[in-house]
Amino acid sequence: MSKENGTATKPRTIIEKVWDNHIVSEQPGAPTLLFIDLHLVHEVTSPQAFSGLRERGLQVRRPDLTIGTTDHSIPTHDRNLPILDKIAEAQITQFEKNCRDFGIPFFGPHSDKQGIVHIIGPEQGLTQPGMTVVCGDSHTATHGAFGALAFGIGTSQVEHVLATQCLLQSRSKTFEVRVEGSLKQGVGAKDIILNLISRIGIGGGNGCVFEYAGSAIRSLSMEERMTVCNMSIEGGARAGLIAPDETTYQYIAGRPYAPKGAGWHHALDLWRQLPTDDGATFDKRIDIDASTLEPMITFGTNPGMGIPISAPVPDPSSISDPVERESLGKALRYMDLPSGRPLLGHPINVVFIGSCTNSRISDLRAAANVLRGRKVNPNVRVMVVPGSQQVKSQAQAEGLDRIFKEAGADWREAGCSMCIAMNGDQLAPGEYSVSTSNRNFEGRQGKGGRTFLASPLTAAASAVTGVVTDVRTLL
Amino acid sequence: MEKFTAFTSRLAPLAIDNIDTDQIIPARFLKTTSKAGLGDQLFYDWRYDAEGNPKADFLINREEGRVANVLLAGDNFGCGSSREHAPWALTQYGFRAVISTSFADIFRGNSLKNSLLPIVVAPETHKALLAAVEKDPAATVTVDLATQTLTLPDGSKIAFPIDEFAKQCMLEGVDELGYILAQNDAITAFEAKRPLTVNTLAQA
Repeated sequence: MSKENGTATKPRTIIEKVWDNHIVSEQPGAPTLLFIDLHLVHEVTSPQAFSGLRERGLQVRRPDLTIGTTDHSIPTHDRNLPILDKIAEAQITQFEKNCRDFGIPFFGPHSDKQGIVHIIGPEQGLTQPGMTVVCGDSHTATHGAFGALAFGIGTSQVEHVLATQCLLQSRSKTFEVRVEGSLKQGVGAKDIILNLISRIGIGGGNGCVFEYAGSAIRSLSMEERMTVCNMSIEGGARAGLIAPDETTYQYIAGRPYAPKGAGWHHALDLWRQLPTDDGATFDKRIDIDASTLEPMITFGTNPGMGIPISAPVPDPSSISDPVERESLGKALRYMDLPSGRPLLGHPINVVFIGSCTNSRISDLRAAANVLRGRKVNPNVRVMVVPGSQQVKSQAQAEGLDRIFKEAGADWREAGCSMCIAMNGDQLAPGEYSVSTSNRNFEGRQGKGGRTFLASPLTAAASAVTGVVTDVRTLL
Repeated sequence: MEKFTAFTSRLAPLAIDNIDTDQIIPARFLKTTSKAGLGDQLFYDWRYDAEGNPKADFLINREEGRVANVLLAGDNFGCGSSREHAPWALTQYGFRAVISTSFADIFRGNSLKNSLLPIVVAPETHKALLAAVEKDPAATVTVDLATQTLTLPDGSKIAFPIDEFAKQCMLEGVDELGYILAQNDAITAFEAKRPLTVNTLAQA
């Protein structure tokens, strides 16, 4: 694939290779028409797209490359109970009808394959290296962990892909994020990505696709790589990816929708051509020394407002730019936090362990290791929400659910839950959470709620103590 | 879509950096299956108090917010979630353009598909516009997409960048889907040569 007609091409990044492999046409005066290999669809950002298809009398071009599930507005209580929110119920019912009417495979509320779109794609083997993957959800970059070019789209584009399996796109800049060295104990994938975003800011990757590289990235498991890629959008990049390697192939092999037999060997041949060529150049680059990283936590109202857990909350008066100063001041007023002191010891009301960032089995194992034999602080409500029914089953087979329940945590059904707080799982005004999700915007976890983003380890440790806690004091 | 024509408008200043789409339209309003009513929910949590009463001091509850068709926002406007409900809410409320020093990628793309013009200006122009509207809240700008010019309150004109294809779609009032559908032969040809790296859902 890296050679056309037997002639060597100039060294390319994996980002350029995947792009080049999907060009359907390039017309003067128009963006590139790009083919999409996998389209994930959910109930919240698709209804108006299906309405558009009906108004124009169009069909879904490739239902065989499309998959639907319910995750955003679905309650996480017992699936046999009715959905109390009638607006959410109507949306879920409409989505089920849309999938049925247009022939789209549907992992519905009662399917054992239901879950957050970005959890089930990889888990089912649908997400594969070198693919283009889209979804009406900004965390689609999660699938980049497999060396796929995966990005979030709006509802108009959901309609375009449903109707044509294509999108008009302009090339992005390339941004290499090189993380070298070994992580210390208690520091993980979530801390890498929160650290990156705190350095470049939430607009730092605008117009770019990240490639995460370096020894620290290579050492991560697939699930950890998904955590890193997931939050690319929080650094402004629509996509972020990691070149596939043996770790990737081992993860995919044998999954339900993975290639089999001769198809597997053919796929491996194609996938091994994807990594960035020696001598390829990037538009931007940042280097991170993994050995210097500490557990990270956010203190403000965007994911770029993050600090090492023992560092003080920054002081607005130390910032010269007036807009930035006001921005930080506004965030600290919303969070009702003093500056100049670490968050360590700050009381919390809720711990949320879940979301497409941190709800896979390894995340739940990490949290369970901290909670095993311990009790949740009586002042704290703890929700553990597996990312999918498969994750839930696996956790229960390993007895993790019992550890959570014995500790006093609430063990739920799969969904986005308190990450986006559309389904009834939410903070009350003024409450503080330590959350393993990806966004701490004002009101994101419920109107007036205040979010500290952190890793599953930090979340579990804080659940035990009832205050923001450095997990290394409990390990 | 209606054709995007030149217009003159006052400015609604909201000089906060990194306004995310959760602020523009909170997630709890995304349970709808239509586009109706989103304009009433624009900036909901900044706009209404806990009892649902309009906050008198918030921009779009004041006169300049109600009459202006141009939002003057801080840097990196529209970051966060990909929800297209954000430009739907802004246009339903009456905004036709947003001026900022930068926009988040997904929001910018969504806006262009809904006749909401994202205008990127240099930081010094942004400062000058904020100063102008502070001095005279009735100050106006003229937005002309065809010539890609923004006429400032002092009468000076500046050029702004825009993707040429999106510009033509907005000026003609057509969306991209018709253009993509017309490339059916190219799509079919691509599908025929596409390497089958995936066990597709239909085969499994």
